Amino acid sequence: MPDVHVLVNDFLNNLKKRKIEGSQATARQTAELLRSVISQQRVSYTNQAGALMDAVRAVGEQLIAANPVELAVGNIVRRVLHIIREEDLSLTTAAIAGLGVSAVSDDDDDAEGNDHPVLSAASLAAAARSTLRPPSLQTLLEDVPDSAAVPHTSSSGGDSDGKSRSADKSSRTRKLKHDVIEAVNELIQDITTCHEQIAEQAVEHIHQNEVILTLGSSRTVLEFLCAAKEKKRSFRVFVAEGAPRYQGHLLAKELVTRGLQTTLITDSAVFAMISRVNMVIVGAHAVMANGGVIAPVGLNMVALAAQRHAVPFVVLAGTHKLCPLYPHNPEVLLNELRSPSELLDFGEFSDCMDFGNDTSSPLLHVVNPTFDYVPPKLVNLFITDTGGHNPSYMYRLIADYYSADDLVVQRRPTGGS
Amino acid sequence: MEARRPSRAVIDPKVRHVGFFAPAANPLPGPSSTLLSGSPAGNSLSPVMIPPPRHPSDRSPAVPVPDTGLRRQGSDHVPVGSYNPSESLLSSSPAPSSPSGRVGLADGEFSEESDGWYRYRRSGSGTYDLPLPDTAPEKALDNPGKSSAAPVLESKKPAHVPEKSGKAVVEEQNELQSSSKPLKEKTTKAERRALQEAQRAAKAAAKDGNKSAAVSGGGPLSKPVKQPSIKKDAPPVSLSIPASDKKGSDRPPEKERKKDVPPPRMQFDDKSRVEKAKRRAVVNQTEARNRVELFRHLPQYEHGSQLPDLESKFFQHDPVHPAVYKVGLQYLAGDITGGNARCIAMLRAFKEAIEDYSTPPEKSLARDLTAKISSYVSFFTECRPLSISMGNAIRFIKSRIANLPLNLSESEAKAAVCSDIERFINEKIILADNVIVRHAVTKIRDGDVLLTYGSSCVVEMFLLYAHEMGKQFRVVVVDSRPKLEGQALLRRLVANGLSCTYSHINAISYIMHEVTRVFLGAASVLSNGTVYSRVGTASVAMVAHAFRVPVIICCEAYKFHERVQLDSICSNELGDPDVIAKVPGRMDVNYLNNWSSKENLQLLNLMYDATPSDYISMIITDYGMIPTTSVPVIVREYSREHLFV
Repeated sequence: MPDVHVLVNDFLNNLKKRKIEGSQATARQTAELLRSVISQQRVSYTNQAGALMDAVRAVGEQLIAANPVELAVGNIVRRVLHIIREEDLSLTTAAIAGLGVSAVSDDDDDAEGNDHPVLSAASLAAAARSTLRPPSLQTLLEDVPDSAAVPHTSSSGGDSDGKSRSADKSSRTRKLKHDVIEAVNELIQDITTCHEQIAEQAVEHIHQNEVILTLGSSRTVLEFLCAAKEKKRSFRVFVAEGAPRYQGHLLAKELVTRGLQTTLITDSAVFAMISRVNMVIVGAHAVMANGGVIAPVGLNMVALAAQRHAVPFVVLAGTHKLCPLYPHNPEVLLNELRSPSELLDFGEFSDCMDFGNDTSSPLLHVVNPTFDYVPPKLVNLFITDTGGHNPSYMYRLIADYYSADDLVVQRRPTGGS
Repeated sequence: MEARRPSRAVIDPKVRHVGFFAPAANPLPGPSSTLLSGSPAGNSLSPVMIPPPRHPSDRSPAVPVPDTGLRRQGSDHVPVGSYNPSESLLSSSPAPSSPSGRVGLADGEFSEESDGWYRYRRSGSGTYDLPLPDTAPEKALDNPGKSSAAPVLESKKPAHVPEKSGKAVVEEQNELQSSSKPLKEKTTKAERRALQEAQRAAKAAAKDGNKSAAVSGGGPLSKPVKQPSIKKDAPPVSLSIPASDKKGSDRPPEKERKKDVPPPRMQFDDKSRVEKAKRRAVVNQTEARNRVELFRHLPQYEHGSQLPDLESKFFQHDPVHPAVYKVGLQYLAGDITGGNARCIAMLRAFKEAIEDYSTPPEKSLARDLTAKISSYVSFFTECRPLSISMGNAIRFIKSRIANLPLNLSESEAKAAVCSDIERFINEKIILADNVIVRHAVTKIRDGDVLLTYGSSCVVEMFLLYAHEMGKQFRVVVVDSRPKLEGQALLRRLVANGLSCTYSHINAISYIMHEVTRVFLGAASVLSNGTVYSRVGTASVAMVAHAFRVPVIICCEAYKFHERVQLDSICSNELGDPDVIAKVPGRMDVNYLNNWSSKENLQLLNLMYDATPSDYISMIITDYGMIPTTSVPVIVREYSREHLFV
C-alpha cells in the first residue's frame, strides 16, 4: 500500500503548508483519504474493527498534528472511527440475532446482508446506539454497567464471535469493510451537500425587506442568502470586508452577480451599522462542544455589537464543523497567526522591524490572528444541516456523531507502543 | 440694582429646579457672596475631578470684558419681573404662543448665513441702551449684578459643579431655551417665512433710513448705533418703559440660547434645499452614483473630480481669501486631517483673511466680517463637512466679532479678533493638550499595556510624554481600513523608541487579553456622553468594555458639544467610497475592480461613529478627568465661558 502512503504524505504536506482553504474542503479530503486508507487496509481475521480503527487513528493522528488548528480534520477522523464502531456493532448484533433466531446457513445470511447492507446497518446502529452513546434517558433506563463497558463488549464480542464462528470470518471482514466504506461515502456525501441542506432552511429565517449583516466570506452564507433570494425574498446585505483577507469583497461580488442588494462596509463600521441590521448571519470555522464558535477573526466584535443591539447572531455550520472538544483558551490555543505582511508593508516598515539594534527584543510586533472565539452566550442560533439548534444543545448534537472514546485520538497508539 | 433683587427672587425657584439645592433661598448678603464668587473656592471642583492647573487666562472670564457687559447690559436695565411671569408661564405650559415667544422664535429661524445679521443687530441694540461704551463703569455695573445673581445659586448648590460667577444667566437661559423649544415646532413654515419677510422688510427700511441718516450724519461709525433706533424706533436709554424693554432685554438671552443650539444641519434628502445650496456652491459636486439608501440625508459626492477643477480656479475666486482657499483645498485633498489640525488650519486661515480684510465703505465691520466668515465657512463645508470642533471654533469667532466694542477702529478690531483667534488656538488646543497629557500620564503604571486606535494627536503626545518620563509600558496600535492612520502613528512611536504592537481592528478581541488600558481620542464629545470619533472607536470601546478594560477618552473641552446623538447614522460623514473597493498593496484583493458598473453594489465609507457613554470609563479633558455624565456640565460651563474668553 505505498500509494496510500503517498496520498497521506501529500495531504499532510498540504495541511502543513495550509494549502487547503476552508473546513469543508479539508473535511471532504480527509474523509476521502480515510476511505482509501480503509479500503487498502489489510484486515486480519480477528478483531477487524480494531485493526481498521488503529489504522485510521494512526493516520488521523498525523493529520491532526499537521494542522491542529483545522479542527475539521480531527472531526472527520473521529466520525470515521465512530462509523467503524457502529458498523462493527451492527454486524455483531446482526450476527448474534441471526444465530439466535434462525438456523439459516451462514451464506444465506450473508447474501441477505449484502442485499440491504445500509439498511440493516442503519437500523441496527440505531438499536445499538444506546450502548455507544453517552448517558441518555434511554441508556439510564437500561442496564447502566453494561453501557459503561461498551468498547470491551463490542471488541471482545467480536473476538469471541470470531472464535466461535470462524467459518464466515472472511466474508464478514469484507462485509465490515464494505459497510464502513459505504458509510464513509455517505459522510462525504453529507459534507458536499451540507450547503444545500442548510440553504434549504433560509426561507424560514429571512423575511421580506430584511437587512442582514455578515463578515468575511463563507460559502455556506453565500448559498444561504442566495437560496432566500431564489425564493423571491428581497432583502439587503451589509458585508463587512473582513480585513486582512478581504474575503468580504469576494462575497459582495458574488452576491451582486446574483442580484442581491449589497453594501460593502469596512470592519470598523460594523458597530455603527448594526443598529439598522435585523440579523447577523455568519459562517464558522468550527463549533465547539460548549456551543462556542471558532470563527474568522473579527466576529467576536460583531457578536458583541449584535448583542448590544439585540440583533440575532446566527451561525451557519455544517455538521463536519461540530467539534466534540471543549475549548480551553481558544483565542490562543486554537488560533493561528498569519504573516504580518498582510498588515504592514515590509518595504515601508523594514527599518522598524530591524533587529539589528542593540536592544535584544524588537520594538515592533505585528499581530495577525486568523480566528476569533465567540463564546456561546453571544450566539443566538446555530443552523446545521439537521436544523436549527441552541448553543446549549450542541453537546448533545455532537454526541450523535462521535463516540466518547474517540475524543482523544492519540491515546491508543501512545498506550499501545 | 435694588429693583433687580426681588425680580431675581422670582426667577430663582426655576433656577433651583435645575440642580441640588437647599430650601433656604434668601440671597446671601454682599460680602460673603463676593467672597464666594470671587475666590477660587467658588471654583471648587467635584470630587471626581482633579483640579487641573488652570491656564492663566482661564480665570480671565471672571473679569468681564466690555462686550459681555454689553450683553448683560440689556438684562440689567430691565425690570425682569415684567416679563418673567410670562416666561414662567411658558415654561409650565408650552402650548400658548405668546408674542414674545414668537419673536424669539423667528430670530432663531435664521440659519448660519443670516446668523451674523441678527447677532449684529442684537449687539447694536445692546449698545444702544448705553450709547458710549465705557468699559470701567460697565464693569462696575456688571460685577455687582453678578455677585447678586451668583450667590443665590452658589449658596444652594453643593460644590458639585465647577461654579463660576454669572452662572445665573446661563441657568436662566437654559430655562428660556427649554420653554421656547416646543413653540418652535408649532409655527408652520409659512408663518415663519412671513415673520422673516417682515423682518427683512423692516431691516431694509431701517437701512434706507439709515442711509439718509448717514448722509446727514456722516461717518460710517455712527451707523450701527443709529440703525436699531430707527428700526425699532424705541425710546432712548430708559429703565422704565416696559414694552420696549421687553423686546430689548427679553431677546438677548433667548437669542443667545438660540444661537447656542446648533442650527439644524442640512439634510441632503431635502431636494429643494440641496438645489439652493448647489447654486451657491463654489465647488462643483456631482452626486455619487450608487448612494447608500440609509444615508441619503448626508452628502455623497463623487470624489476626486473637484480638486483639479478648484485648483484651476485658484485665481478666479475673489470672494474666497487665498489662505482660506488653500486650506479648503487641503481639506478636500485630505492633506489636513484630524480634528485639531483641521481646526487650527481653519483658524489660521481666518486670521490671515481677517488681517487682509478691510471693511467696504458703508458697511460695518462686525456685520460684513461675519458675513465673510460665513461665506468662508460654507466654502469649507463644501470642501469637507465641518467637524463639530470646527463648528465650536466658528461660533467662538463669530461671537467675538459680534461682541466687538463699536468704538474700536477697524485695525484695532481686527487686531483684537486676531489675537482672540490666536489665544483660542493656544489655550483651547495647545495648552489644553498639555494639560490632558499631564492628567493622562497619572493614569498609567509601569508594566501597563496601552491600546490606542487610529491616530489621535493627544494620545500620541501623551504616549511620547509618558515614555519621556521613563514609564515602562507597551503600546498596542490598532488600525483599520481605509485610512490606516495607525501606521503613521506606529512609525512615529517606534522612531521614538516605544515598544509597539500593531494589529487591525478585527484582531481586537485577540489583543485585548493583554491590554490594561485603552486610550482613545475623540472628534467630539456630545452632551449625552456619546463620544463621536473615528469609525471603529465604538467597536474598540465595546470590546474593551467586554474584557473589563478601562476605556479612557482624551478630548479637549473645545470639542464638547451640546448636541446629542444616539447612533452613528443620523449625523455622520461619508468618505470616498472608491477607497473601500481598492486595497493598496494587496495585489490579490482585486475582486471589485469594476464595481461601479454594478447597480446592486454600494460601497459605504463611514468616517465617524458614536460610542455609547456606558463603554467609557473616563474622559480626560483640560478641565480634569470626568465621567461621561459630567459632560453636559462641562458643556454648559464651557459654552458660557467661551463667549467670555
